[in-house]
Amino acid sequence: MADAAEDYIVEIDDLGFARGERRIFAGLDMKIRRKKITAIMGPSGTGKTTLLRLITGQLAPDTGTVRLNGLVVNELSRERLYDMRRDIGMLFQQGALLTDYDVFENVAFPLREHTDLPERLIRHVVLTKLHAVGLRGAARLLPSELSGGMGRRVALARAIVMDPKLLIYDEPFAGLDPISQGVVLRLIRQMNDALGITSIVVSHDVEQTATVADRSFLLSDGRVVASGSPQQLHADRSEFVQQFIRGMADGPVPFHYPADDYRRQLLSRVEE
Amino acid sequence: MTLGFRDPSLTLRGALETFGAVTIFFLTIGARSPRTFVRRFRLVVAQIYNAGTLSLSIVMVSGFFVGMVLGLQGFDSLSRFDAEESLGAVAALSLFKELGPVITALLFAGRAGTAIASEIGLMRATDQLLAMEMMAVDPIERVVVPRFLGGIIAMPLLVAIFNAIGITGTYLVGVSLMGVDSGVFWSQLHANVDLSDVTEGIVKSLIFGGAASLLAVYEGYTCIPSAEGVGRATTRTVVSSAVSVLVLDYLITSALL
Repeated sequence: MADAAEDYIVEIDDLGFARGERRIFAGLDMKIRRKKITAIMGPSGTGKTTLLRLITGQLAPDTGTVRLNGLVVNELSRERLYDMRRDIGMLFQQGALLTDYDVFENVAFPLREHTDLPERLIRHVVLTKLHAVGLRGAARLLPSELSGGMGRRVALARAIVMDPKLLIYDEPFAGLDPISQGVVLRLIRQMNDALGITSIVVSHDVEQTATVADRSFLLSDGRVVASGSPQQLHADRSEFVQQFIRGMADGPVPFHYPADDYRRQLLSRVEE
Repeated sequence: MTLGFRDPSLTLRGALETFGAVTIFFLTIGARSPRTFVRRFRLVVAQIYNAGTLSLSIVMVSGFFVGMVLGLQGFDSLSRFDAEESLGAVAALSLFKELGPVITALLFAGRAGTAIASEIGLMRATDQLLAMEMMAVDPIERVVVPRFLGGIIAMPLLVAIFNAIGITGTYLVGVSLMGVDSGVFWSQLHANVDLSDVTEGIVKSLIFGGAASLLAVYEGYTCIPSAEGVGRATTRTVVSSAVSVLVLDYLITSALL
């Protein structure tokens, strides 16, 4: 089975994780193939970002294992974990650019930290990556001067500057206008195919994600409830999958947050 | 209905937990300091500038006025015992041993400590620290340790400047205004201030600088990632630094006397 394991960059077995009293994952299994674009989807609050943090070793699971490149992530020493992260590029929801540095220095940051490249070469690499995301002309702007979509693209340039093997996108479309969404979508596909890397896209945006993902996992209630290609998910007959894909307000995922009886609460006296 | 937020550090258990957390944070920083000092010396220098040079004006102005007040009050008190000529020695001892380190530390907490706490807190709130971790850059080494070391190095220098300007202020008031003899002022100072008095001030300024910087980086690094959280961290930095400095002052003084 060694060959089969080689195909997967991330292997999650029987993962359990809780924050205080709140159980987030229970018995979650997931395998993510190399060199493909994998989408992790689910309603807000299902722990998609938490899952990314478990994969990258920012959090440790309560039960089960998370393997990255065959290594159990939470058993690595800090040095090994940092070595591993050099091969991972991550795009944060809000970009997380360093606000005191301009665009150029933000992209150059990982190079300056991890390499001894001469300034001329750093300039060359940074400009190449900025050109790839279409922002070579914005090199001297500060993050505060960028629009949301531009900030996301700078963060993407920074994420690929060390030529990672795995690129993780946390809600790459959130808060972007349709044109910017299209740009990011095209970049995700381009990066994956041109650089031969593995991509994980976490999103609740079904339409956008379906156009780019090779395979999707749908999370609900702490486990994977459906997985497959976008076509397979569309064909899935289960109520939850249909509710999520068609964006229906009520269904297995209730519209209302759990509450006391409506009538009784309205008629009861105001609690002091 | 409960309004607002109950500060957990106000209970005994909360206070012990906070003390433990600060101690662990201190040990973590301490373990990574030598490496950072060697490998990231330029960042440390930048933070000495931020914490030290940028605090110069407030320290100099305060030192001058504290010195002048010492001149007036000292002259008034000493003249009741016909001992005005001891003004130089009394002022110097007060400044070197107590006022210099303590007042500079309080000013330092208000000027540099708050800047450090809010800067790191904002980096936490905007995921910049997390992004560094994901880029395999240790935020403790990159962000926290340089600010901590910068504070420790800047404090004794600020105290030295505070003391020098303070003595100048006392001299101006005592000699030019109150008529104490200039030669007596300096000779009394020279005869009665020992090296140990100066050393005591240096030891205090190092420890106060360490405490104020540690609390500032701790509060910023562990703040709740929201606008209110950063504000709260900044306030707590000033309050906890001020109290710590005064408590430490008593402990060090009783140990050294």
